[in-house]
Amino acid sequence: MYKAQILALACAAFLAGAACTGPAAAAAAQAAPRAEVIHWWTSGGESAAIKELAQAYRAAGGVWVDSAIAGGDQSRAVTINRIVGGNPPTAAQFNTSRQFFDVIEQGMLNNVDEIARAQNWDKLLPEPVVNVIKVDGHYYAVPLNIHMQAWIWYSKAAFQKAGIAKEPATVGEFFAALDKLKAAGIVPLAHGGQAWQETILFTAMLSNLGGKDLYLKVLRDRDQRAIASPAFRNVLLAYKRLQTYVDPRSPGRNWNDATAMVISGRAGMQVMGDWAKGEFMAAKQVAGQQFGCIAGLAPNSPYLIQGDVFVFPKTANAGAVQAQKLLASVVSAPATQLAFSRLKGSIPVRSDVDASRADLCAQKGIAIMKDRTRHLGVSEVYLTPDQNGAMQDVLTAYWNTGMTVDKAQKSIAAALQD
Amino acid sequence: MRSRRALMPYAALLPMALTVVVAYLGTVLWTVRTSFTASRTFASDKFIGVSQYTRLFDNERWLHSLHNVVLYGVLFILACLVIGFLLAVFIDQNVTGEGVLRTVFLYPYAMSFVATGLVWQWLLTPGSGIDGAIARLGFPDFRFDWIVDQDMAIYTIVIATVWQSAGLVMALMLAGLRGIDGEIWKAARLDGIPAWRVYLSIVLPMLGPTIATVFLLLAVSVVKLYDAVVAMTQGGPGTASEVPAKFIMDHLFLRSNIGLASAGAVMLLVPVIALLAPYAYARSRGSRA
Repeated sequence: MYKAQILALACAAFLAGAACTGPAAAAAAQAAPRAEVIHWWTSGGESAAIKELAQAYRAAGGVWVDSAIAGGDQSRAVTINRIVGGNPPTAAQFNTSRQFFDVIEQGMLNNVDEIARAQNWDKLLPEPVVNVIKVDGHYYAVPLNIHMQAWIWYSKAAFQKAGIAKEPATVGEFFAALDKLKAAGIVPLAHGGQAWQETILFTAMLSNLGGKDLYLKVLRDRDQRAIASPAFRNVLLAYKRLQTYVDPRSPGRNWNDATAMVISGRAGMQVMGDWAKGEFMAAKQVAGQQFGCIAGLAPNSPYLIQGDVFVFPKTANAGAVQAQKLLASVVSAPATQLAFSRLKGSIPVRSDVDASRADLCAQKGIAIMKDRTRHLGVSEVYLTPDQNGAMQDVLTAYWNTGMTVDKAQKSIAAALQD
Repeated sequence: MRSRRALMPYAALLPMALTVVVAYLGTVLWTVRTSFTASRTFASDKFIGVSQYTRLFDNERWLHSLHNVVLYGVLFILACLVIGFLLAVFIDQNVTGEGVLRTVFLYPYAMSFVATGLVWQWLLTPGSGIDGAIARLGFPDFRFDWIVDQDMAIYTIVIATVWQSAGLVMALMLAGLRGIDGEIWKAARLDGIPAWRVYLSIVLPMLGPTIATVFLLLAVSVVKLYDAVVAMTQGGPGTASEVPAKFIMDHLFLRSNIGLASAGAVMLLVPVIALLAPYAYARSRGSRA
């Protein structure tokens, strides 16, 4: 705005004629809304996905300034430092979680109520997503996509070799399949031994074996009685039982190296988010042909929702506010969401998109998402980063050491207490 | 004119003094203050007494980290001192190609541990690296899987960091050895004392100040051990190779709890001060005498 005024003044001073037919024209030329976006989508598939967003924003008449920072925690630290330092970006990526709750509480974000009302987000968006982006009746973030971390990926070749005719549909069948794979001399479960990947195995067991009720009681309500219950103890035992199906070289392994084991048929299954699909695609494998995907181990198993959002830091700069509004409307448009998710491996956050262009696994996911009773958030949706981290510490110690189930149960109770 | 000249040294020192006061002392005090508050993502003014400290010492991962860093510190400092001293003695024998060897030994110290830590991780990964290479040489039963072993993972960090720091110890020790009066060697030779005995009983005690410096440098690097762990094991398997600095960094950024992280940082400052205070005291006594 300031620049536009200067330009108008300059025009007035020099009476330059045609180029300055009026301040309005000058302002229009100057005010192509410029959006600086901080994000951590730096891998191959991710950067292709963010390019779709940038393209859509440019097509809407904006100027996209890309600030990619490798690593989620690094990127979030930069965002927060810049907000505190008074030089905020136009928009920044966070996960669909309580990561940015403190930032909202400090009144450092602009709300996006306008667009939320126009698109009727209360009805359109899944409840776990609304839970984290709506605080005190205001919406503070635009959700981009939905990932589901507890997909079970399996190698059709390995299943055939082990004589597994039908994909497991219950927890019992899942363990039976693991046993068969083990007997056939295949690594039953491809696993990367890092704390967050162990947490994924735990949430898979909690949602599939424990069910939605127990899941919410433990992670959302942090109900001490539920944590001390025999049902939760069973979940912990099943989780630990999975450890007998991984190979001894798993500690420290990256998730994509574990996926590679399934791709090559050296391992039978992997429990991992839908971002793993990109690895299969890169290896020229097709869902339903070389590999399969199982969303859950019960007829109405919950779909564990996580994903990415954009937040819009508060600013006094009117041009930046204009850019924020334009960006919010661009990224919540169905076409943009679908194009983005196809490259990212996720599914669109809106339930009203055309699913026919998505792949087999994404179609399964979109179909499940139509049933609102199956919506559930990942642990980070309900827990603060601190509580979630404390629980993760217990889970990884329990997985890797000889910790007893009683001790694990007590430690989780303590981790979720405050 | 004269008074202005007298002021000059102080004026020259001013930027450094300001840096120390504001950047070091100021942030230390700020950290201490934050450790008594309920700060999460942002620093808050809500004071909650010593709750963060109670929580810290109820935290098993923190206690395990402390245990690890003590174990690591003892082994790391001992190994560095012994290997560094032996390397220095070796080079002190006027070997040919001294310049090249010195560079080779010192070179690891010049590299970032984020890069070399990854190389070490590859070397130690069972199935490839050292384990795989020896297996392919015809010893298929050979196992070297410390990095994925609960009880041994911390020792792989010791190995890799000793590899990195022993060269620096060598360089400092070598400088010390070169500072020893040649007359002592001549006298010892006249008396027919074997060389190893001279090193052990005469030279080593004379290297006291050098060893103290080396010890201090190594001790500080023990307290701030972070990048090697992140690059090699990420604290795993499980929490087997967690260290306090990583606990602090995790809570500072990943877990948005700067209150607890500050409490951890203050606790890390304690051993540093405990190390530095006697050293500074001895130095001040020494200069007065």
